[in-house]
Amino acid sequence: MALKPVSPTDEFVKGLWRDNPVFIQVLGMCPALAVSNTAINALAMGAATTFVLVMAGLSVSLLRKFIPKEARIVSYICIIATFVTCVDYIIMALSIELHRALGAFIALIVVNCLILGRSEAFASKNKPGRAMLDGLGMGVGFTFALLFIGIIREVLGSGTLFGVSMFPDGFQTWTIMVLPSGGFLAMAGWLLIVNWLRQKEDNAARRAAEAES
Amino acid sequence: MKDVSYWSIFLNSSLINNFVLAYFLGICPFFGVSSKIGTAWKMGAAASFVMLVASVCAFVINIILDIIGAPYLRIISYILVISSTVQLVEMLLKKLSPPTYQALGIFLPLITTNCAIFGLALFQTNKGYSFSQAFVYALGAGAGFALALVLMAGVREKLDLANVPQLVQGTAAALVVAGVLSMAFMGFAGLG
Repeated sequence: MALKPVSPTDEFVKGLWRDNPVFIQVLGMCPALAVSNTAINALAMGAATTFVLVMAGLSVSLLRKFIPKEARIVSYICIIATFVTCVDYIIMALSIELHRALGAFIALIVVNCLILGRSEAFASKNKPGRAMLDGLGMGVGFTFALLFIGIIREVLGSGTLFGVSMFPDGFQTWTIMVLPSGGFLAMAGWLLIVNWLRQKEDNAARRAAEAES
Repeated sequence: MKDVSYWSIFLNSSLINNFVLAYFLGICPFFGVSSKIGTAWKMGAAASFVMLVASVCAFVINIILDIIGAPYLRIISYILVISSTVQLVEMLLKKLSPPTYQALGIFLPLITTNCAIFGLALFQTNKGYSFSQAFVYALGAGAGFALALVLMAGVREKLDLANVPQLVQGTAAALVVAGVLSMAFMGFAGLG
């Protein structure tokens, strides 16, 4: 990564599509599936994770010279756990209902492999500004992925979007989408679409390369 | 939560609210190491063992935190104590039983960041279980985790031989299988 200069915007943009944490890297699946039964839950979870990602990225990056190599994982986990505790209490203060809906999954951000992964792979080797941008990009990508899954599940499962009714009366809701198995199936559907798009992209790139040579 | 029978707690955590298929905890190892039944068993056993250890740890920590009145330290102390206990167990195993250690290999350290372990500790605290109830809860959760992993591995072994379109191969196919498994587990609702 240090070989050729990467523009700051690129650090941000890569999390949105090319290295999207959920659809491409398949990291942080547990919260992505567990709290995506409504769009609003998905949005809140995404925002909380983004906050932790950015703050952890900043702290890890600032402390990267001081953290001994042997104890780095433990240190990262401590840093992450601190910010997760903050988020937990912030959400509780903002909306007790939301806190109840997300339940233990806010605390479970600690063990989201995405955050530890970014701390280890990126923040520990880069300057604070870049680490924050990277965290922000990954967080926004994560939020979008969650939102996509959440929208599908809420529209089909409850017939609403952000609590607003989407269909005329008499729409038969797909209860399965709100249930756990719906999470797996919605995610599988999105993965198929993403795989298909990526395959098309690859093919186009290959064809372009062939045309050049 | 005093009058719940042990049997119903066990059924609840292993089948009805299966950690993997109903709570989506421990999804990473669920997809990562579920390609062979042999490894799936080992992973399940290792995770169950760590769950028991973590459950006991979480119970003790919770008592201490209650005494000193610092509930906001819960997340950080849980994760630290659990991960260091796993490391300790790993070292002990290496010394006492090298074959077991070899067999578990990379799985033990991986379990540290397994959300199922951490989730278990949080859920048992939220539910206010007594010590023995928490122990049974952990036992059930471990059994359920192992069961889900082995079932998944069985399906995936068969899937390897099938002619799957290239687009669907890998995670997408695994997710569909998990969705169907999860649907099957819904049938257990009402058992407890």
